Amino acid sequence: MESDLNRFRKIVRGKVKGELRKFISNGDLIGRQGKKTVTIPLPRIDIPRFQFGSSQQGGTGQGEGEVGDQVGEGQPQPGEGEAGEQEGQHTLEVDVSLEELAEILGEELQLPNIENKGKKNVEDKDHKYTGILKQGPESLRHFKRTYKEALKRSISSGTYDPSNPIIIPIKEDKRYRSHKELDRPVANAVIIYMMDVSGSMGDEQKEIVRLTSFWLDTWLTTQYKGLERKYIIHDATAREVDQDTFYKTKESGGTLISSAYKLALKMIEDNYNPNEWNIYLFHFSDGDNWSGNDTAECMKLLDSSLLAEANMFAYGQVESRYGSGQFLRDLQKHFGENPTKITLAQIKDRDAIIEAIKTFLGKGK
Amino acid sequence: MSNFNTDLTPELADIAANLLEESNKVGLDCFPTVFEMVDYKQMNEIAAYGGFPTRYPHWRWGMDYERLSKSYEYGLSLIYEMVINNNPCYAYLLRANSMVHQKTVIAHVYGHCDFFKNNFWFSKTNRKMLNQMANHATHIRDIINEVGHTEVEDFIDVCLSIDNLIDISSPFKTQPSITDVDDSESYKRAPLPKIHSKKYMDSYINPDDFMRFQQKKKDEKIAQTQNFPPEPERDVLKFLMENSPIPGWQRRVLQIIRDEAYYFAPQGQTKILNEGWATYWHSKMMTEIAPLHASEIVDYCEAYSGIVASSNGSLNPYKMGLELLRHVEKRWNRGQFGLEYIDCDDPVKRANWNTEAGLGREKIFEVRKFHNDITFLDEFLDEDFCHQSKMFLYDFDKRTNKYVISSRNFKEIKAKLLQQLTNFGQPIIKIVDANFKNRNELLLQHSHDGMDLENETTMETLKNIHKIWQRPVHIETTFEEENRRVSFDGSSHQVEKI
Repeated sequence: MESDLNRFRKIVRGKVKGELRKFISNGDLIGRQGKKTVTIPLPRIDIPRFQFGSSQQGGTGQGEGEVGDQVGEGQPQPGEGEAGEQEGQHTLEVDVSLEELAEILGEELQLPNIENKGKKNVEDKDHKYTGILKQGPESLRHFKRTYKEALKRSISSGTYDPSNPIIIPIKEDKRYRSHKELDRPVANAVIIYMMDVSGSMGDEQKEIVRLTSFWLDTWLTTQYKGLERKYIIHDATAREVDQDTFYKTKESGGTLISSAYKLALKMIEDNYNPNEWNIYLFHFSDGDNWSGNDTAECMKLLDSSLLAEANMFAYGQVESRYGSGQFLRDLQKHFGENPTKITLAQIKDRDAIIEAIKTFLGKGK
Repeated sequence: MSNFNTDLTPELADIAANLLEESNKVGLDCFPTVFEMVDYKQMNEIAAYGGFPTRYPHWRWGMDYERLSKSYEYGLSLIYEMVINNNPCYAYLLRANSMVHQKTVIAHVYGHCDFFKNNFWFSKTNRKMLNQMANHATHIRDIINEVGHTEVEDFIDVCLSIDNLIDISSPFKTQPSITDVDDSESYKRAPLPKIHSKKYMDSYINPDDFMRFQQKKKDEKIAQTQNFPPEPERDVLKFLMENSPIPGWQRRVLQIIRDEAYYFAPQGQTKILNEGWATYWHSKMMTEIAPLHASEIVDYCEAYSGIVASSNGSLNPYKMGLELLRHVEKRWNRGQFGLEYIDCDDPVKRANWNTEAGLGREKIFEVRKFHNDITFLDEFLDEDFCHQSKMFLYDFDKRTNKYVISSRNFKEIKAKLLQQLTNFGQPIIKIVDANFKNRNELLLQHSHDGMDLENETTMETLKNIHKIWQRPVHIETTFEEENRRVSFDGSSHQVEKI
C-alpha cells in the first residue's frame, strides 16, 4: 500500500505543479494553511468512463414529504449500486506539506537554492552513529562486527570447523551501534516585510502583497531552519505590527518611505546582528512618496547601511489607480536599470505575482 | 500484510462456531469462513484493495486508502464488515469493535457467505479469487519489470477506463457455433429460397413481393457476414483484447482487468438482495435464533438503526433489501400470491388475506437462489410495498436549483428504479462496427434509454479506447434529444449530427 500511496501522491504533486500558477494568483490556499500542511482542493482525479450525465437526472428515494417538497440537504444520492457511489465527491482535498509545496514552487520556477552567509549562530542537535558498544538494543545490532567477534571466539576456542562453518554468536560477541550527539550549525534568517498602507493602497493591492509574501515565506522557510518574520507598516510614520494587522490596516494620509527604512534599520541594529543573521528586506508600495527629499533620504539609508547589512533588499511595486509609481523609477535611476544590489519588481496584477517571486528569489541570495 | 496475530480470540471463535451451527440449522449453507482480526489501518488497506490483501500496484488504491483513512480520522465512517467471495470465504473483523458488533458482523458475514455460495449469479465467479488476485499482482509486477512502471500504470488507467463495458450475461453464454453462415460464397450463389409449388402455381405461391422480401433477407444476411463483429458486441474488453494491434503485455494487462471486472460484476448486480439477505439473517440471529443478552440489546439497536437508516431520503440498499425480503416472506406466509390474490381488487380483503400457507421461509430461500436486484425488484416490488416504505421519485428543479419530490406514483417509481439498476447502473454500449467507413475505424453505439452520457468523460474515454484500437474511434449516442456521433481521431474530437 505504501508504494501505491506514493504513486498517488506523485500524481497529486504533478497536478499541483500543473495548477501552481492558478494557485499562486488566487488566495484559496492561504485560507487552508495549517501548521505544517496546506489543504489543496484539486479536481477529482478519476479514471474517465462512459457514464451517465450529471446527477440532475433525479432518482428514487424513501421518506416523508409531499410532491414538490425539497429532498434532503444538498445532493441526495441515488442509493443503487455504482450510481450512488460515484456522486457527491467532485473535488479531492489533499494535504501537501509546506516543504513539499516549496519544493514544487522551486521546481516550477527553477529557483536556485540560497547560498547563506555561512554563519554559525544557533546550533541544532543531530545524531550520528559513530561508535560501537557491547550493549544496546537488538535493532541496532551490528551484524558484521558481531559475526567477526563470534568467528574470532570460535577459532580461538577451537570449535570452528571449516567444513561446517556454522557460527553461533553468544551474548559476549554481540556489538551494537552507538550514536553521538553532534552540534550542527544552523543558518538563521529574518524577513522584514514593509508595506505602505497609505490611502492609495487598496484591498486588492494588499491582497497581492499578501499572496506574494505567502510564497516568499513558503520558499524561505525551507531554506532556513529558524525563520523569523517581522512586519512594518508605514504611512508618514512607521510602526511594527503583527501579521494580522499588517494585512488589514488601512490608513489614510501621506507617505514617508524613509520612516519604514529607519525602523527596519533600528530593528536590525537592536536584534539582528548582520554577522549572525541572514536578513531579507521586502518592501511593497504603490510607488508614491511624499517628497523628493524623502526619496533622497531613502537612497542614503539604503546606500549607507541597509544594503550592506541585508542579504537582499527587494522592492515590489504594486500598481494602484492612485499611485504614481515614481519610487520605482527613482530606484532605477539611482541604482541603474539592472541593479545588482537591490531587486526590483513591478506587480501589475495577480498574474504578475509569479514573475515577481521569480525575480525576488531567482538570485539565490 | 501484517505481522500481527489475526486469529479470533477464543471467545469470538466460540461465538463464531456457535453462530455457524445455528445458521446451518435454519438452512444457510456457507463456504468455510475464515475470520481475521485487523486494526483500522489494515481494514482501510484491505478495503482500498477491494477486500483483498494484495492487488497489482496502482495509484488508485493509494487514493482510496487516503480517502478512507481521512474519513476514519474525521469520524465520518467506519467499515463494519468486509467479506470476500472466495472458497474459503475470508471476512475481516475490526479489532476495536465491541462484542455486540462482532457478533452482529459475524452473523451478517454468514449471510453473505451463504449468498455467495448459493446465488445463481455468483455461480460462475472464480472461487479461488484470493489466489488469482495475488497471481495478477505478480504477473503485473513482472510486466512492470519488463517494460517499466509508468508505461504499465498508464496502460492500466486506459483499461480501467473501459472496465464497465462488459457483458454481464457472457459467463452464462455458450460459444455460438461458427459454422452458421460460414460458407458465404456458396450461400451467395444459391438460388433464392422458394416455397415448393407446381410450375403454373409459382407466380401465385411465390409472388414478386415475397421474392423481393426473400432477396432482401438474403442481402442482409450476406451484409451481416461481411460485418465485423457479425453481431453487436457488448464485451468491449474482450473484443479489443482479441482484435487490437497491441503488444502482448498490453493484451495480458487487458485480460487481467477483464477477469477482475467479471469477478466483481455479480456484486454490483445483487447489492440490494445480497445486503438485504445478510441483514435479514443477522437481525434474525441476534433477536430470535441466538438472541443477545438483555444488556447488549441497546448497543445492537443503535448499530442496527445505523445500518438501515435512510439518510437524506436516499435509498439504502440494506434497508430496501431487508424490507422487501420481509415483505415477500409475509406475503408467502399468508398465501398472498397466485391468480386469485392478484385479481382481487378489494383492498380490505387483500390486506386481511391469510390462508396460513406458511411458505415464507421457503420462498425467500428461493429468491436468494435465483434472483438478482433487477429480477428481485421487478417481481416483488408491488404497490403495497411501495406505499408502505414511502418511496418517491425526485427530480432536479431548475428554477430553485434544488431536488424536489416529483412523484409518488408506483409505476413511475418502479420504472425509474429498474432503469437505474439496468446493467448495474452503467450505460449499455456495444461495438457495432470495427471496420467503420471501411477504414478499420471503431464504431460504438450507446443504447440510449432516457439518460444522456456525460460529455467530458465520454471524450476522455474515447481517447483511451483510441490508445488501444489505434485507429479513429466513434460513439453514437443521443445528447439532449439530438442523435450525434462523437469521434476521436488521435488528435482531436469531432461531434456530428446524425
